[in-house]
Amino acid sequence: MSKQRVIVVGGGLAGLAASMKVAELGMSVLLISFLPVKRSHSVCAQGGINGAVNIKGEGDSPDIHFYDTVKGGDFLANQPLCKDMCHHAPYIINLMDRLGVNFNRTPEGNLDFRRFGGTLYHRTAFAGATTGQQLLYALDEQVRHYEVQGLIEKMEWHEYLGAVLNNEGRCVGAVIHNLRTGEIITVKGDAVILATGGPGLVYGRSTNSMVCSGTAVTSAYLQGAKYGNGEFIQIHPSAIPGRDKLRLMSESARGEGGRIWVPRKAGDSRQPKDIPEKERFYFLEDRYPLYGNLVPRDVGAREIYDICVNEGLGVKGEMKVYLDLTHHTSEFLDRRLGGILETYEKFTGVDPRVEPMEIFPAVHYSMGGIWTDYTPTLDGLIDYQSPNNQMTNIKGLYAAGEADYQYHGGNRLGANSLLSCIYTGLMMSPGVINYVKNLPEAAEDLPQKVFEDAGKQWQERFSNIKKMNGRENPYSLHQELAEQMITNVLIVRQNSKLEATLDKINEFESRWKNITCLDTNDWSNPVPSFINQLWNMIHLSKVITKGALMRDEFRGSHYKPEFDLKQPDDFQPDTYVEFEKQKANGGLNESAFDKQHLAYMKRYAENNKKWLKTTIAEYKNGNSGLEGGPEISFEDVDTSLISPRPRKYN
Amino acid sequence: MSDTVTFKIKRQNNAESSPYWENFVIPYIPNSNVISCLMDIRTKPENSKGETVAPVVWDSNCLEEVCGSCTMVINGKVHQACSALIDKLEKPITLEPMSKFPVIRDLIVDRSRMFDALKKVQAWVTADGYHDLGPGDRESQSVQEVAYKLSECMTCGCCVEACPQYTKENNFLGAAAISQARLFNMHHTGKNITDTRLDTLMQEGGISDCGNAQNCVEVCPKSIPLTESIAEIGRQVSGKILRNIFKA
Repeated sequence: MSKQRVIVVGGGLAGLAASMKVAELGMSVLLISFLPVKRSHSVCAQGGINGAVNIKGEGDSPDIHFYDTVKGGDFLANQPLCKDMCHHAPYIINLMDRLGVNFNRTPEGNLDFRRFGGTLYHRTAFAGATTGQQLLYALDEQVRHYEVQGLIEKMEWHEYLGAVLNNEGRCVGAVIHNLRTGEIITVKGDAVILATGGPGLVYGRSTNSMVCSGTAVTSAYLQGAKYGNGEFIQIHPSAIPGRDKLRLMSESARGEGGRIWVPRKAGDSRQPKDIPEKERFYFLEDRYPLYGNLVPRDVGAREIYDICVNEGLGVKGEMKVYLDLTHHTSEFLDRRLGGILETYEKFTGVDPRVEPMEIFPAVHYSMGGIWTDYTPTLDGLIDYQSPNNQMTNIKGLYAAGEADYQYHGGNRLGANSLLSCIYTGLMMSPGVINYVKNLPEAAEDLPQKVFEDAGKQWQERFSNIKKMNGRENPYSLHQELAEQMITNVLIVRQNSKLEATLDKINEFESRWKNITCLDTNDWSNPVPSFINQLWNMIHLSKVITKGALMRDEFRGSHYKPEFDLKQPDDFQPDTYVEFEKQKANGGLNESAFDKQHLAYMKRYAENNKKWLKTTIAEYKNGNSGLEGGPEISFEDVDTSLISPRPRKYN
Repeated sequence: MSDTVTFKIKRQNNAESSPYWENFVIPYIPNSNVISCLMDIRTKPENSKGETVAPVVWDSNCLEEVCGSCTMVINGKVHQACSALIDKLEKPITLEPMSKFPVIRDLIVDRSRMFDALKKVQAWVTADGYHDLGPGDRESQSVQEVAYKLSECMTCGCCVEACPQYTKENNFLGAAAISQARLFNMHHTGKNITDTRLDTLMQEGGISDCGNAQNCVEVCPKSIPLTESIAEIGRQVSGKILRNIFKA
């Protein structure tokens, strides 16, 4: 058999972790990236990476981290994976430390940890406020070392267009687009890992980088891969408004004591410093005394929406609130948050050490992604040798990092994304290699025709795109799509608006055909590539919107007010555990519960029966060629380790 | 305040063709940066003569000044386009690709030479494997603070663009790579291959190519103390030369 290799698409944390692990295990890797891997979107992650190392002696443990993660995700994540991830988190932090990440230190020289949203423990290791950048660089360096040793080959400035499938539907390579020469070629690989990140660009401006169009995962979906939980889009409570993008203001600002407030008087025009303490409304601290400013992101974003839209208390009448760090010394702030404060100052011209920052919620992360598989062990962890781990329903096509759907349920906790990216990349690699080694034939030995046909199909598509000579500017059409998504598929969702949005997206799909290809050069021309990406974004927005329309409940980041189960203020989640226990034992003593609580618990149980399920979107061809849309079905979630219960943070 | 902004952009169709200047006039919008203006040009790609032209192409990704992609020469100074705010720039605004790297097209250049330099100085920690080998070494806060600053280098190219010694004709490694060598030479296990790094830095293109112009540190967007790094590596190289003499 010819030499085998693994293709990794994407050079962020997940892609680099997978590349270096596969290489460490002795198999060759072809690493494909849209841009030099060191410039991947992972650099934008700021606050830190979670792992229950318990340096502060608070009694933290991987099991508590696991519980916080599952609860934070409103029980929608498959639990064995979350458990395994949280149990490996301390080791991953140690590994990154060994690889040279300059984490902040305690006076004794240990790794320092800070608090983040959705937990009461100091569990987040951090390197200033550029943790993602530091982690990415460490992996980039390891990959470069393997590159020198010849085990990893990099093809940067190449965009993934689609998978090459053999006659059994097995993935045996990829079609890629050289962004310099415009050539479209196929590369052979015995397994392909998509580690291509999230789809923030579907919403136009978000905290995501310019490459985060979700086009690779959408391409997989259009080729038959199932897409899970598309409607679960994380809105980060704190971003800095901008014309080109919405820059993130890390949750770590609140982890280090930053306080969110608005003036008590609507439309107060005074400067924030001139507003006395008693005329400030610290609404998160007021409404969530236990977690305060560190409620999970879905809760934070909804409360900011509520205070600005429903209460009309947004700063200067706009959708903005203050994030205040001015009670700390500049020295403290520079040491622990330096990078992000500089960013704020650079882009707004205001010094956040002196003036409270003005922030607002922005699209940040997709909990949903390509559906992937896993094999649990008997003790509820993951069998690392299984070729199924992270495999999509297309054999040989894998997904990792933000591109997959399985770790964060309905809402991701801050500082869990860096963890899940590195974890998936490392965890899946032995299984991928087992898969490759057990194949009947190497991709290299397959008939050339399989690859030629796939390449030809994409060459034709791009040559057709270059001939497009209609009236629509693709960039303007993208802005219109984004506006629809921002207006109707964001924090608060209503079925009537979601239905109208789906119609609108279909309209965009027909208008796409009337696009003009602004530039028809072959050389270093981003326009045809963007037109193709826009097609994919249109299809992904259908997945997100239709998933949102179908899911008639309120879970995690997916909020439909009309389906809010209205948890009584004095309800305690433990009561529900007791309620379920009694039910399981066959003797529910209804009189033992408060009447309102009982009614709420019944509503909750009923709702879970119907909706505690993964949304699966599958692409179905329409009647005329490529036109079509998602067909939605639902799949059970593995909740075998922690029984679902209502979330509560106050 | 004028209600339009004029951009003078140095364009080039490909590596072989000659550069030319093209002007674009776009509506002034408050709080714009260079990137958002390039995006505006893209949605209506019309030059100042009213001709429809191919949209200007540029390199960008994070737009938060942490990825290094969008580095270009703005009004004669090398800078990231994302953090170049229109209100703070002299008008008309000139945009040029960096001059020390081969131009790919318009404002896009090929910075592979910088990544190759990182290979040459072996800017990595040699690891036994990625399995669980326990925690790393303890480190003082003061050392961490120095190392952290160095590790913020995003290989953007500002330092070498401003450096008179770094030319298309020579093979100088440049300040960024020298500073990375310092970073790894100070790491507990990274320093195990200090000697190999210094060997590279003693050769042509290494530390002796630095002309001490100190431009690098002036333009570094992350305020990395590049001249200190160069001085430190200079000391390490001198020490090694002395040791070599005594060994011989």
